[in-house]
Amino acid sequence: MKPATPESARDELVVIEPARGIGSLRAAELWEYRELLQFLIWRDIKIRYKQTVLGAAWAILQPLLAAAVFTLFFGRIARIASDGVPYAAFSFAGMVLWTFFAQGLSLASNSLVGSSHLITKVYFPRLMVPVASVTAGLLDLAIALAVLLFIILASGLGVSLRLLAVPIPAILALITAVGAGLWLSALNVKYRDVRFVVPFLIQMWLFVSPVIYPASTVVPRLEAAGLPGWLFGLNPMAGAVEAFRWAALGVDTHPWPLVAVSTAAALALLATGAAYFRSVERFFADVV
Amino acid sequence: MTAPAIRATGIGKRYRLGEHHSFGSLRETLVDRLRSIGRTRPDAEKASIWALRDVSFEIAPGEAVGIIGRNGAGKSTLLKVLSRITEPTTGRAEIRGRVGSLLEVGTGFHPELTGRENIFLNGAILGMRRAEIAAKFDEIVAFAEVERFIDTPVKRYSSGMYLRLAFAVAAHLEPEILLVDEVLAVGDAAFQKKCLGKMGEVTGEGRTVIFVSHNIGAIASLCSRCLLIDSGQLAADGSPASVTASYQSKLYPSPGATSDLSGVERYGNGKARFASIAIDALSKEGNPADCLRTGHQLRLTLEIQAQHEVVRANVAVILYDPTGFRIIDVNTGLQGSLLSLAAGERATVGFTLHDVLLKPGVYLIGLWLGRSHVEDIDGIQYVTAVSVEPDPEQPLHSESFPGVYQCAFSHHIQRRARASS
Repeated sequence: MKPATPESARDELVVIEPARGIGSLRAAELWEYRELLQFLIWRDIKIRYKQTVLGAAWAILQPLLAAAVFTLFFGRIARIASDGVPYAAFSFAGMVLWTFFAQGLSLASNSLVGSSHLITKVYFPRLMVPVASVTAGLLDLAIALAVLLFIILASGLGVSLRLLAVPIPAILALITAVGAGLWLSALNVKYRDVRFVVPFLIQMWLFVSPVIYPASTVVPRLEAAGLPGWLFGLNPMAGAVEAFRWAALGVDTHPWPLVAVSTAAALALLATGAAYFRSVERFFADVV
Repeated sequence: MTAPAIRATGIGKRYRLGEHHSFGSLRETLVDRLRSIGRTRPDAEKASIWALRDVSFEIAPGEAVGIIGRNGAGKSTLLKVLSRITEPTTGRAEIRGRVGSLLEVGTGFHPELTGRENIFLNGAILGMRRAEIAAKFDEIVAFAEVERFIDTPVKRYSSGMYLRLAFAVAAHLEPEILLVDEVLAVGDAAFQKKCLGKMGEVTGEGRTVIFVSHNIGAIASLCSRCLLIDSGQLAADGSPASVTASYQSKLYPSPGATSDLSGVERYGNGKARFASIAIDALSKEGNPADCLRTGHQLRLTLEIQAQHEVVRANVAVILYDPTGFRIIDVNTGLQGSLLSLAAGERATVGFTLHDVLLKPGVYLIGLWLGRSHVEDIDGIQYVTAVSVEPDPEQPLHSESFPGVYQCAFSHHIQRRARASS
């Protein structure tokens, strides 16, 4: 038998010593383990669909039922504005992206604690675990998007080339979920209180994101109060949801200043989350 | 000289007490932070233990090194530090080459996934490339003997099949440095043997291997060198034979001493208990000897204390080889005597094994008191070990051939002149 070691590993020297200061990202190592990330994503998807009776239906039911309730209470009764499209389509579109984000963040937050058997037995960059949890949700998102397309066509909104821009808000939501997920999953290893905080946090986050209502009701009020309208974009999900509706529903809004601020905020969240995660991950095996 | 595959310098690992099992709540941390304001440092030294302290060694490429030590001595912590699972508190280790660590079999196995899916997942987690797993897939499946069930979720596997599959994946890892923790302690005897064979192949291929085990026999047959870890420190470093001998002497009493058995792990209903054991080595002629040699006599003296009434119980002494294989079973019942004791009564039971024709090596001793198929009164799986030394009267073969038993034998050789007609 010949050793299956790649040539590059021949002189690979690993130094193990107590680390000091904040951790660097060590991107080369993440690249080295990319296949494992693929496997973890694949595993998360497989397990999610094997263990549930309804499988893919959950990806649709959750935003669909939420949108139905929102349409009844916020659309019909409270008569919340919806950027000129039927409120049902408006809120379903918002919920499709929101469900992807909320689901991903919630799974990511508990992912490390749930993988303690791996963390205490084998080395790999622990970053892979929460990233895989969020990324595995992309399949659910794709399924929900297909249903959204059907609803768009059924409600006579028509589709345009803007649909091609859908990946932009999807990636923005992914970055936000990963960034927040890195923070919360790492904190959760050390402080198990986080488990109880996450559902509450996600609920609050929904209310400050333009899912139930459009950004067009918030931005003018900020401006009227003498504040710049882009402040709303500091919530990365604000830009993501607005851009998503712009692309999917073709609403007549100009979300791009908001998206720019949201992108910056999401990247900041990701960078700080990754730095924090990398600096504490060496203790995970001792405390998890 | 080539650079060492592993160089450890002054490795120490401190665990804060409690950190292992409980995790802080946010409130506790906040309260602690508030309380420690104004104080210099919370005295972490006090509430901590050193699982490893100042461990230094070098391992050359291609060396197979065994690590032995008591439970909790720090063997596994050392392996976790070397596999980068946990970070050392002090010191530094340099590792040259791709590391595969095997701290348990089946890491990351998911019960809902099929055997096939788990092979890929587990392989990836252990550091194999997808192409590498695909290339070895058939070999892995054949090794595990699970061909028919490869597309069945592993939750439907028997525990034996599960372990075989898990070990098969691990056994096909081909890193330059392999760190293995006690994984051979699983599975049935036949499969264990197969695993040992595979491990032998691995060490034979010039790969660097660190192998933590309680199985002294396995270490002796696989490793060329052995480290003894005791209370977190490196206590011995040398050939497997010399290190295991010093390990045995640390762990077990020397012949002649009486050891108290009140605190040992045992099973049984406890109506009576073995209170102490004394082991003496006697020469062939029955005179006291300094150590037990092949062909010597072995005398065991057991003190039994009855708490309740014991009726017609059998007393047995069992000898095992280091892998736990039962070699000898002697009991009073074989010679027609059974022990009856009133509550509170004490008895001494002595055994003399007349011709201990065991080959040199370490043997484990177990005790049992009970009535077969009725009750276990007191049993101690491994109460102690004895080391059998080579017989100096056999100078031709001081290094004995492998094996367990040297029977008494006679022989004759008949030479014939060549028929020249």
